[in-house]
Amino acid sequence: MVGVRLVNVSKKAGKRQILKNVSLEIPDKELFVIAGPPGAGRTTLLKVIAGLISPDAGEVYIGNQMVNTVPPSDRDVGMVFETPPVYPNRTGFQNIAFPLEIKKVSDSQIKEQVQKVAEFLQITHLLDRKPATYSGGELQRVALARVLVRKPRLLLLDEPLKNLDAKIRERTRVELKRLQREFGMTMVFSTHDQLEATAVGDRIAVMKEGMIEQIGAPKEVYNSPKTVFVARFIGSPTMNLAECTLKRKDDRLVLDASDFNVDMTMRAHEMDREAMSQELLLGVRPEDIVLLDSPANTKSFEGEVELTENFGDERVVTVRVGKVSLNCLTGKDRVFKYGQKLHVKFKEEKVHVFHKQTGIAACVTSQM
Amino acid sequence: MPKLVVRNLRKLFGTFEAVKNVSFQVEEKETLCLLGPSGCGKTTILRIIAGLEVPTSGEVLLDGVLVNDLPPQRRQIGLVFQDYAIFPHLSVFENIAYGLRVRKLSEAELTRKVRETASLVDVQSILDAPTKKLGLSEMQRVAIGRSLALDPKLLLLDEPLSNIDAKARERMRTELGKLQKDIGIATVYVTHDQLEAMTLADRIAVMRDGLIEQMGTTSEIYDNPKTLFVANFIGSPSMNLIDCELVYNREEAVLKFGDLALDVTELTQRIEGKGEGRELVLGVRAEDLSLDAKKTNPVAIEAEVQLAEPVGAKSIYHLKMGGVSLLAKGYGMPNIDAGSKVWATFNIDKVHLFDKKTEHAIV
Repeated sequence: MVGVRLVNVSKKAGKRQILKNVSLEIPDKELFVIAGPPGAGRTTLLKVIAGLISPDAGEVYIGNQMVNTVPPSDRDVGMVFETPPVYPNRTGFQNIAFPLEIKKVSDSQIKEQVQKVAEFLQITHLLDRKPATYSGGELQRVALARVLVRKPRLLLLDEPLKNLDAKIRERTRVELKRLQREFGMTMVFSTHDQLEATAVGDRIAVMKEGMIEQIGAPKEVYNSPKTVFVARFIGSPTMNLAECTLKRKDDRLVLDASDFNVDMTMRAHEMDREAMSQELLLGVRPEDIVLLDSPANTKSFEGEVELTENFGDERVVTVRVGKVSLNCLTGKDRVFKYGQKLHVKFKEEKVHVFHKQTGIAACVTSQM
Repeated sequence: MPKLVVRNLRKLFGTFEAVKNVSFQVEEKETLCLLGPSGCGKTTILRIIAGLEVPTSGEVLLDGVLVNDLPPQRRQIGLVFQDYAIFPHLSVFENIAYGLRVRKLSEAELTRKVRETASLVDVQSILDAPTKKLGLSEMQRVAIGRSLALDPKLLLLDEPLSNIDAKARERMRTELGKLQKDIGIATVYVTHDQLEAMTLADRIAVMRDGLIEQMGTTSEIYDNPKTLFVANFIGSPSMNLIDCELVYNREEAVLKFGDLALDVTELTQRIEGKGEGRELVLGVRAEDLSLDAKKTNPVAIEAEVQLAEPVGAKSIYHLKMGGVSLLAKGYGMPNIDAGSKVWATFNIDKVHLFDKKTEHAIV
């Protein structure tokens, strides 16, 4: 059992509160991702778990043991940093073998274990070379090998893919996930890239300014964001937002965004009680807007094409409806011209609603 | 007349040939993107156009005039650097005015020009602000504004969106797209990010080892890659590329790979007998492989899901099919998880076929 549990962890640096009351629980053998923009407190959180930073308040558990007073070297935690420190004058083999040498493992065992981990990470060709000749991705893998060779119970990775080329990043992402599964490790992985986060994570914690906004499985944070921040952070292109109010019109319940509106009658039971009297934000993902050449017989709204972006397999069309610009996702076979008039229709069952003041969801949007 | 003509450009650094015989043109108001991995020569070409690097041979023409011997400042080219190179001690106004001051314009003329440029890049409301407090997207606008103030014939952008975190990059990419539409100036844009190139460029030149592999619009390059390199480089996730051989069986044409056989009789005409007896590579994009929980299509092939990566509303599925690893991408299907069996169907119309030796596309 090597889960991680944090209870009300806080940390200040000077006057800045870097972590505010962070609590989370990571079960054994989970791949847990900490996602957030730069400055959210991700690295500090990892360092608190590793024992490199001691928190001002709160408790840190690894397995069943409270480790607040346990030094990093006794926590059996491996950590790989964004720019991994390797010894430039040692070969790949010597770099990877180093932690075993300190533990006074026999030479023959060192050889065997280094070889094994190098084969797994496909870096046997780097063992005789020095780091100066490595590419960014190779350097990352050698650093990873050096941590893995110790067989830590818990592996912490701080932005491990940040400095890699887009194509290599895609591949390494999958390798890391396989590695975690095969070694049966608990892994905590930090990233600013939401796509990476949803792709690798069993669960994700989305952080903002030292606080956790939401923890959940990738589909959960994507489909049911609890705050506006999570809604905008997860997903690309970003979720559209428009100011609106909830109104009763005859026997219908309508979200009125002045330039367009969405009928919420069928979802009345999902709205919270305060929603009626407050300023709201309507959120709709680009793939939940349908583009039509002519008005639909039910609710649709006229707009004008502002911009189209070709993603290869699909297109993002920015449509201006009144004062609001909406990003809409559509198939690659449809062609749109700048200035073209068209009609948009919202998938009512997929619309999100948030309180404008607090940013908290005012409506349960659960479509798993 | 094209705005920019680059003809038979070569550049040697010692014995290393960074650019090997590259030619292209950029039309009025067009954005051409030089796309390729690091070391492909794209930045060298940009620096040669700007006059910061002297070509070993070849010509650069601006508005039909040979500029090879003109120093950078006389070429009327605006260059925007990767880090924007904003002067931190100067206000936004002074940053935009910087190049104009060198030209010794009258104060009234200068103010008019700065205001005009500022409104073009939408920074007119922050002209007095110190640049230290600017956000990234404002810095980008100021940097582009500083170049535009000098009425350049051509704008060169060197990886303007790298070094920015993913979410901000997405926003700035869209803003840059809108800005390009508004200012409508001929632009050469250098990047290693295929998504940036596809969304911002009118045409893309995909580069590899100092040569242009393919040039065309986003759709042309994405839908009809001419070489294996382009097929692999463009698109995320990368196109599935599988070694295979073509076997004719009476009227039937079949591609064999792993333990599998894919009926490609429909493609016989397009293959034109070029495939038989050669080593081939089958290419299929992840979105052109559709998955089903049941065998609803008679030609569907059984596969095992090894890993599912949720990416937004869609997921990338890592499949094992007859001993071959493949990726499929589609809207999330419930209950398809690691370990489950699925039925995969190739969209035969969208299949690519390459000659493994020459690396060129056959279909």
